[in-house]
Amino acid sequence: MQTETSTLEGGFALPVFDAQVIFRAIMDAMARPAVVTGVVPRAAPPAPLHPLAGAVACTLIDADTPVWLDQTLSDREALKAWLAFHTNARFTDAPAGAAFALVADPAAMPPLDQFAQGTQEYPDRSATLVLQIGSFEGGTPFTFHGPGIKGTASMAPLGLPGDFAGQWNENTRRFPRGVDLILIAGEAIACLPRSARLVKGKE
Amino acid sequence: MSIETERAARRNRMSVLARCETSRLQGLWSKLGLDPTYKLLRGPEYGLVMLRGRTGGTGEPFNIGEATVTRASVKLDDGSVGHAMALGRDDMKARLCAIVDALCQDTRTAVLIDAEMIAPIKSELDGADERRRQETAATRVDFFTMVRGED
Amino acid sequence: MYVSVKGGEAAIDNAHRLLADRRRGDRSVPALTLDQITEQLALGVDRVMSEGSLYDRRLAALAIKQARGDLIEAIFLVRAYRTTLPRFGFAEPVDTGAMLVERRISACYKDLPGGQLLGPTFDYTHRLLDEELEVDARIEPGRMREGASEPVTRIVDILGGEGLIEEEPGTNGEEPGDINQTPLEFPLSRAMRLQSLARGDEGFLLALGYSTQRGYARSHPFAGEIRIGEVEIEVYLPELGFAVPVGRVQLTECQMVNQFKGSAKLPPQFTRGYGLVFGQSERKAMAMALCDRALRAEELGEDIVAPAQDQEFVISHCDNVQATGFVEHLKLPHYVDFQAELGLVRTMRAEFERANGVFQQAQAESAIEKKEAAE
Repeated sequence: MQTETSTLEGGFALPVFDAQVIFRAIMDAMARPAVVTGVVPRAAPPAPLHPLAGAVACTLIDADTPVWLDQTLSDREALKAWLAFHTNARFTDAPAGAAFALVADPAAMPPLDQFAQGTQEYPDRSATLVLQIGSFEGGTPFTFHGPGIKGTASMAPLGLPGDFAGQWNENTRRFPRGVDLILIAGEAIACLPRSARLVKGKE
Repeated sequence: MSIETERAARRNRMSVLARCETSRLQGLWSKLGLDPTYKLLRGPEYGLVMLRGRTGGTGEPFNIGEATVTRASVKLDDGSVGHAMALGRDDMKARLCAIVDALCQDTRTAVLIDAEMIAPIKSELDGADERRRQETAATRVDFFTMVRGED
Repeated sequence: MYVSVKGGEAAIDNAHRLLADRRRGDRSVPALTLDQITEQLALGVDRVMSEGSLYDRRLAALAIKQARGDLIEAIFLVRAYRTTLPRFGFAEPVDTGAMLVERRISACYKDLPGGQLLGPTFDYTHRLLDEELEVDARIEPGRMREGASEPVTRIVDILGGEGLIEEEPGTNGEEPGDINQTPLEFPLSRAMRLQSLARGDEGFLLALGYSTQRGYARSHPFAGEIRIGEVEIEVYLPELGFAVPVGRVQLTECQMVNQFKGSAKLPPQFTRGYGLVFGQSERKAMAMALCDRALRAEELGEDIVAPAQDQEFVISHCDNVQATGFVEHLKLPHYVDFQAELGLVRTMRAEFERANGVFQQAQAESAIEKKEAAE
């Protein structure tokens, strides 16, 4: 298989510095859960992967982190070739075997508990899910509290699974096990670490 | 040319280039007078590959330890893409090998490069291997049978 | 317990400067070049690559120079450097059967296909210091012997033909574990043990291997085969869709063959211990193979009675970077720790003396009573 040229372009122009900028953005977003921040993507992956999701992939994924793609993404050979070339990613078909999951259609994704949850001894052996959503506004409003949140933080992401509130409550109940989410819409990012709990009565 | 022969030729070329000394490579390259403009798609960059053996030599794979490698990928103006990876840390070599790989996507240039670069390097490398084999052969033990007892 | 301590900045700066000065030594003596180290101290370089777990001769030579010849310090430097590089991927498992052999010997068969090839060995030297090396004497190149090369068949393939040696299980397609990525959890797979042993301390493994020969874990090893030479490394490049050769590395492989009485499941046969290390290092490869075999005790239904058979003991202590880190951390300030200990010992001593004093007094009193009673 000779990979097409197009899949070999669109990676970080300055791999070290670009990855540092995106890493900083992800770290800040994880530290301040449910706060939406604008980030310039610096990567241009093939559709339907969002540029910012591509940049997050280039920053976090390497040869040692198995990656799971949802159906919408895994159908695109060019996209897989792009990820392999720019991140050294190795792919897995099993959600439970993945360190990272890239999801273009969160509404249709497997339940959160199907992904690696980590263990009591090693809670870090869990999956980080990168979800491409429609928008951070116009969806079901959620309010969160927990470490890194002064009082409460709210957002209304559009395109999450129908029973997200129930799934997320289960996820936070498994603490210290559980998955962490990176939500991406356009050029904006917000994170939900497993420590961010839904405020009761406002689900 | 079938895909298999093309692939074998490319593999062979990459194998020879990866083992060649950079100065020798540059010497032969400059004589060719090729100087294509290109764009770097990735690298040149240093990194690691994990080397693997097999238990007992033939069993399940295990990790022995890592090795440094340098890789580069380039795209020429005509759109052809070349890749290179070689053991060690050498930007110049990886870049040059990727350019050579890209140029060889054109069959006529490949014939020229194979004749002027790959063939001489290959014969030097083979010569060094043969010398080593003969040096080792000189240390082979020849057992003599002692004659014992009455004749 | 550690307490942050400030001060000593100027002392540390000056110590580093003094270290650089002493490393360089007498300026009228030419500085060592890395080429001199890689060419003329090649086996030291090989040891640093092997235990540093990074194949790069030049880096190992630099580390040896920087460490003033302290190989464990050099290994530490190489390990630290390796963490700064991204991992691009995994090479295909090497085929040691296709090795360009520089040395191959077997202690099991005198005549075997390919022959006994001594190569550049210290064996058969008389271990007499060679004064000629004090000067740059002219050294003759190696002799050559022409003739068609004969394939150097692996010993295990010869024994395997008779079915007298255990077969290696084929690959089950699973990824071998990587001790760089996962914390050690015992029991370890054989693949992970071999990775640990491959970068384990030569001296430690040598001593353990020796202990198995002296009876601590009964074994009857034969050096089935030792081979040293270069193998081609291939890496699969997804952008090409096939594996490409990226160069060659030198490896030393040791196949130890051990007698095995058999068990409920297995007939009597020979079992194997395996060693594979970077560069030319047959002492290390042999020690590794002895330890690998000893560590297979549980798998082969043998009683675990000796240190060399104890995974936790061998694997947890074979890494000299870990070992030196923990031993040498004792140099760090433990001022508060020690103050606490000092207080504790003083209290205990006071109690001891009080109790002892009371006891001696009681003894003295009882002696007087006895004396009085006798009178």
